[in-house]
Amino acid sequence: MTDSEVQRGPDDHSFRGYRRADGRVGVRNVVAVIPVSVTASAVAERLADDAVEWVRATPHQMPLDPPEGARDQIETVLEGIGANPNVAGALYVSLGTERIDADALADGVAATGKPVEALTIREAGGTAAALDAGAEAVERLTEEARDARREQADASELVVAMECGGSDATSGIAANPAVGNACDRLVAAGGTGVISETPEFIGAEHILADRCASEEVRERLLDAVDRRERMAGLMGVDFRGAQPSPGNQQGGLTTIEEKSLGAIAKGGTTPLRDVISYGYRLPLGGGFVVMDSPGYDVESVSGKVAGGAQVVVFTTGRGSTTGNPIAPVLKVTGNPNTYERMTDNMDVDASRVLSGESVDAVGAALYRHILRVAGGELTAAERHRMAEFAINDIPPKELAALGDPT
Amino acid sequence: MKGITIDEAAIVMAEADTVATALDDLEAGREFALSGYGFAVGEHTVALTEPVAFGHKFALEPIAEGDLIRKYDEVVGEATRDIEAGEWVHTHNVESTRARPGTDDGANADSEDGRTPTTEGER
Repeated sequence: MTDSEVQRGPDDHSFRGYRRADGRVGVRNVVAVIPVSVTASAVAERLADDAVEWVRATPHQMPLDPPEGARDQIETVLEGIGANPNVAGALYVSLGTERIDADALADGVAATGKPVEALTIREAGGTAAALDAGAEAVERLTEEARDARREQADASELVVAMECGGSDATSGIAANPAVGNACDRLVAAGGTGVISETPEFIGAEHILADRCASEEVRERLLDAVDRRERMAGLMGVDFRGAQPSPGNQQGGLTTIEEKSLGAIAKGGTTPLRDVISYGYRLPLGGGFVVMDSPGYDVESVSGKVAGGAQVVVFTTGRGSTTGNPIAPVLKVTGNPNTYERMTDNMDVDASRVLSGESVDAVGAALYRHILRVAGGELTAAERHRMAEFAINDIPPKELAALGDPT
Repeated sequence: MKGITIDEAAIVMAEADTVATALDDLEAGREFALSGYGFAVGEHTVALTEPVAFGHKFALEPIAEGDLIRKYDEVVGEATRDIEAGEWVHTHNVESTRARPGTDDGANADSEDGRTPTTEGER
């Protein structure tokens, strides 16, 4: 018997998901329409809008010819989105002049065994012709996706992304500790829990560093934090006034240290096993890991979904409504006023911690909720069709000054 | 991180902390007895010198300019002026110990060009 079996405890760890050809399990059965650059984003959106509800576009703003270091990161994210197990089939749409090769992206995703197509707007004969050809491709992909059936799966097959946005004082006191407790349960069950938003480790990195499973992981974590701190310096952003944001400050957060100490509580208490670059593949059965991402929540979520996360748990004190086109985003608030005012956008009321319920009890309920969402229960963001998507860009000034990402 | 709730209206996250967080919109004059919790600030009663809004912090003891502010049993900043017991603790009297112009810290030890260490934050 392995350690994780011993620690699994009395919870039911099963859910029903879509097992893909590569063995990974999806919690949704989405056809993804993925533009390769900003010039194809409108066509991708139209194709998804005109199709059935579970055809989803991932429009973004990346240029035709991004500089080399930035290009690698964009390619990684675009391929990762298509490869995410929530995606049954993918269509890549390009104008035809992009430096990023749509066929190479499609080949990369096809290697996972799922149906993939690529469409070039110029070759198709312009926007109208591309919309016609794209609609046919989407129809072929949806036909194949209809054959997928949910089957028995286990929590050890889940990669769950923890995120926070619109933080206030309740985030670090109630919502994030409850999410951290659920993360510990997931890790004990053999799954992977990932936190990101590296700038929000500043002032709390010593705690994460003490949890690193090896000296090598510890060095990569501290390098990532240091690099994000210097990158921001290059952007000329004054830390004070920007971190914590004005909204965070209204919510009672005074300094970046205070915000970070609350933010890292999302990651629970188990050893930190790895630090993964933005958008890169997250390990299955990997325990607690970190993805090195910017602090902007939409980009951070997109990076983790590109890494293969099937479910996102998102805490918000002040009331974020954000979702994702590919992965269900589950909203947890620790602020009773926000829960009352925005009940319709919230999935879990963690403010019960403030009125005396234990973090353990709220964390246990949240863990069960995550498995229900994995099994198909819709989140508030899904009901509202919130589906924000953005890819982190690396400005040339940062590339020149900092060299390649770790 | 469980925290210790006092009088159902404020929470102290760790015994060594020097600030509490309001769990309600609190009025000036509200008193909190700190006896019996084992707080490092000692056993006394603290009265709010001004209103403190939900989620905001107040000092559990007098804090001198330059003293470190403790929450979560960790340093969350430094007092930029003397703070009375019961006073609202926020950006007007506390500053980050990180990312201050002209200073350096552990994470920026190799920053040699005098750049202001900053972060991009929520854009």
